[in-house]
Parts: sequence; structure tokens; C-alpha cells
Amino acid sequence: MSYVDGHIAATATPEAAPADAALARGRAGVSVRGPIVKETAKSARDEAPKIKMTASALDVFYGEKQALVGVDLEVIEHQITALIGPSGCGKSTFLSCLNRRNDTIEGCTVRGRVMVDGHNIYDPSVDVVELRRRIGMVFQKPNPFPKSIYDNVAYGPRIHGLAANKGELDEIVHSCLKRTGLLSEVHDRLDEPGTSLSGGQQQRLCIARAIAVSPDVILMDEPCSALDPIATARVEELMEELRGQYTIIIVTHNMQQAARVSQRTAFFHLGTLVECGPTEDIFTSPNDERTQGYITGRFG
Amino acid sequence: MSSEHIVRSYDEELNHLNEAILKMGGLCEAQFAAAIEAVANRDPEMAAGIAKDDVKIDEIEMEVDRMTVRLLALRQPMATDLREIIAALKISSAIERIGDYAANVAKRAIVLAESRAMRPANGIPRMGRLVQRMIKDVLDAYVQKDAEAAKAVWLRDAEVDDLYSSLFREVLTYMMEDPRNITPCTHLLFIAKNIERIGDHTTNIAEMIYFMVTGRPLMETRPKGEEVLTAPTVAPRDGQG
Repeated sequence: MSYVDGHIAATATPEAAPADAALARGRAGVSVRGPIVKETAKSARDEAPKIKMTASALDVFYGEKQALVGVDLEVIEHQITALIGPSGCGKSTFLSCLNRRNDTIEGCTVRGRVMVDGHNIYDPSVDVVELRRRIGMVFQKPNPFPKSIYDNVAYGPRIHGLAANKGELDEIVHSCLKRTGLLSEVHDRLDEPGTSLSGGQQQRLCIARAIAVSPDVILMDEPCSALDPIATARVEELMEELRGQYTIIIVTHNMQQAARVSQRTAFFHLGTLVECGPTEDIFTSPNDERTQGYITGRFG
Repeated sequence: MSSEHIVRSYDEELNHLNEAILKMGGLCEAQFAAAIEAVANRDPEMAAGIAKDDVKIDEIEMEVDRMTVRLLALRQPMATDLREIIAALKISSAIERIGDYAANVAKRAIVLAESRAMRPANGIPRMGRLVQRMIKDVLDAYVQKDAEAAKAVWLRDAEVDDLYSSLFREVLTYMMEDPRNITPCTHLLFIAKNIERIGDHTTNIAEMIYFMVTGRPLMETRPKGEEVLTAPTVAPRDGQG
């Protein structure tokens, strides 16, 4: 079993054969029962993980101030990677590097590489508009366009020329609204403004808008911090469903959310990546004192 | 963990949990020591007191259960905190079991005091002292959060198993020699078995401490005595015992 991120290696008991060894382990309260854990923690899509994105030696400066220091991080395809850390630790800066949103920030310099499917997105030949189609984005505050529900979703496919005619466009809009669970709630009022929806619905509309242009990766910056627990649960359920098709990277201050939704968690502190590993390991036995301090609510 | 939580009441709750475990452990240690003494001195009065006091240990265990459920629900503990709380839950149930075994030793001590003195009874205090020492050391390892000290206790259980095996053989020999020995010898055997089980629960506690401190289960294979004991192949010797 070649499982890159070590999740299986950490939970399995490869030498489980001798009966008395198993017996001895069985005495430990939390002894690890390889086969059972394996079945639940590893679904078919985790079988052969592929690296979707790789950041190497990434430095980001805002003028003189260095916001990211030599970040190396691999993002596995069809997984949800959570970025956690205290405010100002660089996690949002890191996220903005992944679709070059910081291009527009005055005085921002990026050094290092971000490879997506083996291509450096900071290469001068890269078409940034196309890049941002492939790497979608959902923000903290639901920000639907001041347009109808229909047009919010149809906008992306229109400008990217993804639909040949009205029929195809209708189909994209319907399928995206359906995937986000909105269709049944809004099917009879697609002409009403997107802003007329509730906060949770607006956020799901923004997710529908993001997936309408068929991205590979979805970046989410605190997507649930403005939502109530029910709407949050809906978005989390949606993320789990979407990861079968996309790769998701989420920045969250809510550690329980990171623990619930992600397969891998990366902890940032003062512009550096402190550690990244299987979410289960990060929240039960992190390696670094700073991670420990942060996730247990102590001064780090 | 070196530093304190930002929310101070969280630390207080965790401290209460620790204190409850230690209190339980201390009671249990005392109960067991008294039970062994009651066997050694053939003292039925001392033994009767022990069986009664077991209720206190049970009460603290229920309190620990209540505290852990509360902490899990209200604090959503992570990492070391989570491991400490899970460990406390499991350690308290191991201590409670040890208390039960100690109470059972005490009950048998009462019966033994009324029957004739058997020579194999001399092996009990030795085995008892060994296990008593293990309980003390494992509780110290818990206080110090010392994984290596816990592991050292864990390794010592093999010695208890060996003592039990030799006591088993000795007792069986006495039973074969004279059927009138069977009743007291059976009680002795159960006492020895209870002590051996206490040793096992103590190693469970050691394993939990190791996990609590390191985040890893204690995976090594522990040296063990014989799995299933067989009768000694000594022929009965008439007129002895």
C-alpha cells in the first residue's frame, strides 16, 4: 500500500500477525485496530493519491514585510486540505498565492514556485484568467453578484464561453444549483436577485458559481464563518461531496471544522508552515509544540 | 504541557480530573496493601473493613466518568488534552477494577483466617509487595507524566506472572497431598490470581500513561509468563502437608 501521507502507516498494524502481540496490544485502551480503522478512514478515492499542487520555497513580501517564509506544501488531489493558524500567520496569503490573487496587490512580491499539475502558475506564459477558472474561489462573506440567481451561476460559463447555446447554459446552471442543494429551494425564483437569499443559501450560490466553470481546485477562505450551524453543516456536507470531483483547500479559524471536513491539515505560524499531516494526527498528537499550543488553546 | 490554557477554567477542570484519579489511585493502593496484610496476618477484622471501603473508589470512578463526559462535550479537547481525558477515563476504570480485586482478596482473607494455615500463603505477601510497588510507581509515572517510568512498570509485570505460576504449582501440590487442603488452597489460588490480575490492570494503566504522554500506543511485545498453566507432574506424596 503506497499511501503518501502516512495515514495508513500511522494507523495500521503491519506486524499484527503473532497472536500474542495482538493480545498485548489489545490490552492498551487505545490500541490501534488496523483493519477497522483502515476501512473507514480510507475510501476508494484515497487509494492512489496524486499530488495536485505543490508549493516550493514560497516567499511572499508585502513591500519590506515578509508574510510567507519558505513554505513547502503538497496538496493531494480529491482531498480537503485545511489551513489553520492564528491571525496574521500567512494562511490567507498562502491561499491567495494559489490563484495569483496577490498579483493585483501593490508591492507584493512572490518568490518560489507553485506547481499545479506540474506547471508553474507563476510562469510568465500563464493565462491568469484561465488559471482562475481552473482554481475557483469562495470567500468568507457570501458575495453574490448584484444579479439574478440564474445569472450569478451563468456569468462564469458565459464569459469563458463554456456553453454553445441557451439550452447548454440552462443545463449548467441547473446542475450546479442542484449539486449545491439549492435548486429545490430556488427553482421557482431564478430571476430574483441572488442577494435576496439567506446567508447560507447565498454562500451555496457562491459555491455553485465557483463550480459552474468546471474548476479543478476550489479555494475557500473561511466559507462558514458568517453562517449559522445548520447552514455550516450544509456547506460542510457539500464540500465532502464535491471533493470527489475537485480538490479543496480551506482556510478556517474553526478548528473543529478543520477536524470535521479535512483529510490533511497544515498549521501556519508567523509566516512559516510549522507542520502538515493527516488531520487525525494533527489533532490527536501533533509533532510541534506550537501546533500543540494552538490547537489546545494555550499560548503558542 | 508546559504552558497554561488561555481559558483558565479549562485548566481547573483538567486539574480536578487529575486529582480525582490520584485520589482514587491512593485509596486503591491503601486498600490493596491492607488486603495483603490481612492475608499475611490472618486478620479478619482488618479484611472486613476493606470490603466496605470499596464503595468510595466506585463513587470517585462515577465522578471521573461524569467529568470526562462534561469535558468532552463542553471543551472539545484536542491533542494532549484529548489524550489526558481519554487516559483518565480508562485509568479510572482500571483502578476501579483493581479496587474490586483488592476487596475480593480481603473477603477471602476472612475465610482463610478461619481455616488452617497453609504454607503457600507465605508466597502471597511477596507477590503482593511486588504489585503494590507497581501500583505506586505507575501512579508516580502518572503524576510526573513520565512515559519511560510507565514503561518500566509495564515490563515488571512478567515477574508477577512468574511468581503466580510458581504459586499455582505449589498450591496444586498441596491440594493433591491432602483433600482437606483444597478449600483453603482454592482461596489462596484465587487470591494469587486476583493479585496477578491487579498486575495486569496496572500494566494497562502504564500503557495509557505511555499513550497519554507520547501520543503513541505502547506497541512492543511485553515479556510474558506461560499463557496457560498446567498441573505439576509431581506424584502425590502421602502423609505430608
